[in-house]
Amino acid sequence: MSPARHNSGLMARIPLPALATATLALVTTALCFVFFVAPNDADQGFSQRIFYFHVSIAFTAYACFIGGAWKALRYLWKRDPSADLESYVGVHQGVIFGSLVLLTGSIWAKISWGHWWLWSENQLVLFLVLFLFYCAYFMLRYSLDDGPQRANLCAVYALFGVVLIPVSFLAIRLAQRFIHPVVFTSHGPNFHGWILVTYCISQAAMFVLAYTLYRVELAGKRLDRRLRDLRRAYA
Amino acid sequence: MTTAEKYVTAAYCVVFALVLLYVVIIALKLQRLEREVDELAERRETEAEDEREPVEVG
Repeated sequence: MSPARHNSGLMARIPLPALATATLALVTTALCFVFFVAPNDADQGFSQRIFYFHVSIAFTAYACFIGGAWKALRYLWKRDPSADLESYVGVHQGVIFGSLVLLTGSIWAKISWGHWWLWSENQLVLFLVLFLFYCAYFMLRYSLDDGPQRANLCAVYALFGVVLIPVSFLAIRLAQRFIHPVVFTSHGPNFHGWILVTYCISQAAMFVLAYTLYRVELAGKRLDRRLRDLRRAYA
Repeated sequence: MTTAEKYVTAAYCVVFALVLLYVVIIALKLQRLEREVDELAERRETEAEDEREPVEVG
């Protein structure tokens, strides 16, 4: 695998220092907007400010899982070994952001509902199922030896998991009785003004942060693989 | 600081701490990789020296 082939995508051509700088700038701007610009919510007050990062992180986790599944499909379709590694890193990022969704969501639930977790809430339980499903991906991956068989099984597993994303997203809209707020309806977002601006900046910050971490991890994994190959050649 | 402020701060600190932990883990991994590259380079140099044939002088 030549290094030039890894950098074939338009996004992949952005240098890592530029991405890191953009991440820092966006996250700082988002935090400034969250704490100094966005107004207090009329219903929930100050505690609603968790929403900006909680929802952004949730959509980022979904995007990572979809990205991982897309790379898995690409592996099964084109048999490109680098797609297997990219799929793995995508799923890994999704699990990291997924754990952040659960943690920030629990804190928000404690202030708003008085409970850390509610098993009666479909949205919460389905997200947990999605999260655990992708956690099991690592158990599968590390229980098999490196090779095409592992790549095939992991790709199929990552593709199956993506089916849970629309279920998790639509659960809240299909539920008859719920207390989890719906922020995106068929008529668009349920908020406007500075709240919408702050949310958009936070969402952009989380997407760029996830992509930067993805690139850093992928670079490390590729280096690790090349080193292993070199060691094998020397042995 | 009100209870709501404490919880909001905790939520943002959790995000920051987890991302920081992830960056530290990646940094440690890159350090290990750098060490391994150095080891390989050293090994290659030693092998190259051993492979060098003695040349007769004069």
